Amino acid sequence: MNKQAISILYLIFFSLCLLASCHPTKPVIKIGINAEITGEAPAIGASCVNAAKLLVAEVNQSGGINVAGKKMSLELVIGDNGSKPDESVAISQRLIAQNEVVAMIGPNISSCAVPSSEIAESMGCLMISPWSTNLRTTRNSNGSFKKNVFRACFTELVETPLLARFAINHLHASQAAILYDISSESPNSAAHQFQKSFLKEGGKVVATETYTTGDRDFSAQLTKIKAANPDLLFIPAYYNDVPLIAQQARRLGITARFLGYNSWSTPDIVTLDTGHYLNGSYFSNHFSLESDLPAVKKFNTNYQSAYGQPPDDIAALTYDAIGLVIESIKKADSLNRTAIVQAMSNIEQFSGVTGDFIFLKDNHDPLKNIIILTINDGRFVYVETVKP
Amino acid sequence: MQQQANKEERLRSPGDAFNKRGLQSKYIVWLQNIGLLLLGGVASMLIPKFFNNYITFVLITLIINAILCVSLNLINGYMGEFSVGHAAFMALGAYSSAIITVKIAPTLPIFFLFPLAVTAGGFVAALVGVPLAILSFKTRGDYLAIITLSFLMIVKSGLENISYVGGPRGFLGIPQLTTLPWAYFWGVLTFWILRNFINSKWGRSITAIREDEIAAQAMGVSTRSAKMMTFVISSFFAGVAGGLFAQQIQFINPSSFDILKSTNILVMVYLGGVGSLSGSLVGAVVFTLLYQLLQPFGVWRLVIMPLLLVLLMIFRPRGIMGFREWTWLQPKESRTKGVDHSVL
Amino acid sequence: MDYIAQQVINAFQLGSIYALIALGYSLVYGVLSMINFAHGDLFMLGAFTCLLLEAIVPIPLWIVLPLTMITIGFLGALLERLAYRPIRNAPRVSAIITSLGCGLIIENITLAISPYPRHMPTLLQNSTIHFYGITISFLQILVVGVSLTLMLLLDFIIRFTSLGMAIRALSCDRVMVSLLGIPANRIISLTFALGGALGGAAGLLYALAYPVISSSMGILIGWKAFVAAVIGGIGSIRGALLGAYILGTTEVISVTILPSTYRDLIAYSLLLIILVFKPYGILGEPPLQKV
Repeated sequence: MNKQAISILYLIFFSLCLLASCHPTKPVIKIGINAEITGEAPAIGASCVNAAKLLVAEVNQSGGINVAGKKMSLELVIGDNGSKPDESVAISQRLIAQNEVVAMIGPNISSCAVPSSEIAESMGCLMISPWSTNLRTTRNSNGSFKKNVFRACFTELVETPLLARFAINHLHASQAAILYDISSESPNSAAHQFQKSFLKEGGKVVATETYTTGDRDFSAQLTKIKAANPDLLFIPAYYNDVPLIAQQARRLGITARFLGYNSWSTPDIVTLDTGHYLNGSYFSNHFSLESDLPAVKKFNTNYQSAYGQPPDDIAALTYDAIGLVIESIKKADSLNRTAIVQAMSNIEQFSGVTGDFIFLKDNHDPLKNIIILTINDGRFVYVETVKP
Repeated sequence: MQQQANKEERLRSPGDAFNKRGLQSKYIVWLQNIGLLLLGGVASMLIPKFFNNYITFVLITLIINAILCVSLNLINGYMGEFSVGHAAFMALGAYSSAIITVKIAPTLPIFFLFPLAVTAGGFVAALVGVPLAILSFKTRGDYLAIITLSFLMIVKSGLENISYVGGPRGFLGIPQLTTLPWAYFWGVLTFWILRNFINSKWGRSITAIREDEIAAQAMGVSTRSAKMMTFVISSFFAGVAGGLFAQQIQFINPSSFDILKSTNILVMVYLGGVGSLSGSLVGAVVFTLLYQLLQPFGVWRLVIMPLLLVLLMIFRPRGIMGFREWTWLQPKESRTKGVDHSVL
Repeated sequence: MDYIAQQVINAFQLGSIYALIALGYSLVYGVLSMINFAHGDLFMLGAFTCLLLEAIVPIPLWIVLPLTMITIGFLGALLERLAYRPIRNAPRVSAIITSLGCGLIIENITLAISPYPRHMPTLLQNSTIHFYGITISFLQILVVGVSLTLMLLLDFIIRFTSLGMAIRALSCDRVMVSLLGIPANRIISLTFALGGALGGAAGLLYALAYPVISSSMGILIGWKAFVAAVIGGIGSIRGALLGAYILGTTEVISVTILPSTYRDLIAYSLLLIILVFKPYGILGEPPLQKV
């Protein structure tokens, strides 16, 4: 070995020391955020981090949390997973092993949440994914629940059958077409679930078309859908794509009513000029900003004054996920990870800004109400709450 | 003068130290090298015991990156082509090894299963490297770059259409088999084989192709078989890296192997320096560690890193170690070779 | 029949946008034999510049289009001056890597400033024209029309002006051109400005047609346009046009016939097939190999 080779070993050693040298100085409760700040879904990460910062600031202003007779303040450790599975695993390792967080919030997109949940499970740290709907996030391959992993949202298993029933009973739809993003986890399973449920409820699916994330031109698919002449177009798509799809569909002369699901909930989709194409559409959501609950009102005003825009569902779900963590820490009255997970498992009911959470025994997916909204004159208007 | 000094430094290796003392036996040097390797192996077994999971994870990532980087350097650095499709070979390796560990032979003992899966991943990737090599007979430069790019896109969207491996939703439930000692073993194997390859007849052939393909042909170099060999070996090790990656992350999806992954490998290669094994090692180490160290900067780390790269390219266009080699990565016979000043 | 006509129009719109971006790649390649991978991000900046201008003062399209083109053209020239000129004599690959790096820098700065996707205001009243069952929107006509006008303008500049002559001369022999007293550096800057301006215009038109803009929109489109330039024969202006329309048409046809997931598969397989039979693109010529 010569000098240079030894110098590179020094470099590795030095960097590892640097990586290993972030130890806490004052007694704080560390909560890790594993968010999609860069990559294909930066808006998700931004909302997630915003809501987390908001709640932590609120809690710290009110004096922090009492743990074992000591007031302790919260501290966030934010990691960016780049919307990539490998980086999200690295971030999970870093948050749990290195920064010694008591619980991890996120990741939100399923392709990151599923591999990260394995890390949380093997290292015995509480993980709550605000937004991941994949069943495998909270379940092992044999169907049993992972001990340490929870989620704050409902799954498509609950949502889309209710949506299909709503479409047939209230919108009197019989011929549905589906256009969805095949390369994303959640739209994909929503589309399949919806197709199954819609058929079961007595409807007919006349066209199923797909596109891939990042596409901006849907005219070829929509022209095919137009030829099938549906009376309902179900669009499980991320909110980026929805206005474009709506605009292009109407321009091609498709008159069918649009139906969406929870990923539509960003107010952005109606505030832009193409928003009027969505008038008269219905979609299901985790929460409604018009709710009369004081918690929602407070969250809405605080978020708006802090960030200048209304919160979306990811912000609300992150807010509740951290709320669940705080609740568990209070119940456990210690910073021991096992105790916190145990306390979380014992929570049966929790009310947050996204409504009431009911955790059945040994079930890590909450039962939540589904809210149906319609878009009217560029505003989300509450229609009804559907109980599962 | 500078060059002379370099050359002399290059000559000073552990072996020479022994020579001065009159110990002529080359077996001692050999034993010493084996000893160092074993020491590394022992260290790789001990590190997970003393450091936390994160450190171990970063080290495994570092080794995987080094394998990817050195295998791409074979095509881009030594042969002078510009391949942007390396992530495709990685994807093929990752998926094939995952199929073996999850679907075909999940019951085999790990000691057989893991090497089998990783090697199979490498072979599948190598097999697919063959048509790409054939295409490279006809065309060069930017057009070959586009062929590799379209190859990457075809593999990615092909995987998205195969529901057997999960389609766009990804391949779930892969066991975690990649441990630090295993990664170390594969890393050493890769560097050892590539070092020998580069200094063999083949290696000299592809360097000749890089400098001047027509002249090389005129001198009797069989350019086709050399290109074929290079593509096959390079894609084999990219496949191996993919296999290690899949059993490390426990989850793979087609969008993990997109153009950005290829770009990252390219950055490592050109950061460390083309035409150099040591450069690949340096590139992978610097890239991986910097990526983790800059994490507190959030989005801005993705501005800082390319900025450093651009500055490096402006002030040192060949990268950190371009066309230079540490002595211990050269076989003894070719050590007297000075700095390679050839132009790409 | 009207179904097919509709798809033809869709293909034309997509192809026109690819063509505008592909021209930027080809121009730069012709002069410096360098692939400017930051070009896709200039395209993205075009959309953002328009958004920014509209946010400051709401101005009509015919003012904002030239303003955007000038801004992005200037940025393109600046990029060349700061990043590419210092390494002009370095190995070619360093230039490619530098451009990749510059692209990432531009993209991620934009991401840091605006993590949420932005929405483009409507700049013109949209109306649709129906005839024989075909629906054409005014926007589609505008996109195709503006693209074609700009391309014709570029072709005119390249073929009939002294700047164009200098650009063509530069692509033949850079050293000789300097000896003849043509300010090579200024011409190269102007070429980058020209390419950038086209990319900026493409960004604006794209944002009008698909009004959600994000920092990552340049990557995918940029690579596709690059592919289009290569299909046609990189360095050739007309080849870039041809390649872009071929790519646009193939994508639309494959989505029409097969599930959309096969689109990339088909488009890139076509590219491979073309390159197997015409290794230097349809209108490209193999480089002269001096023995």
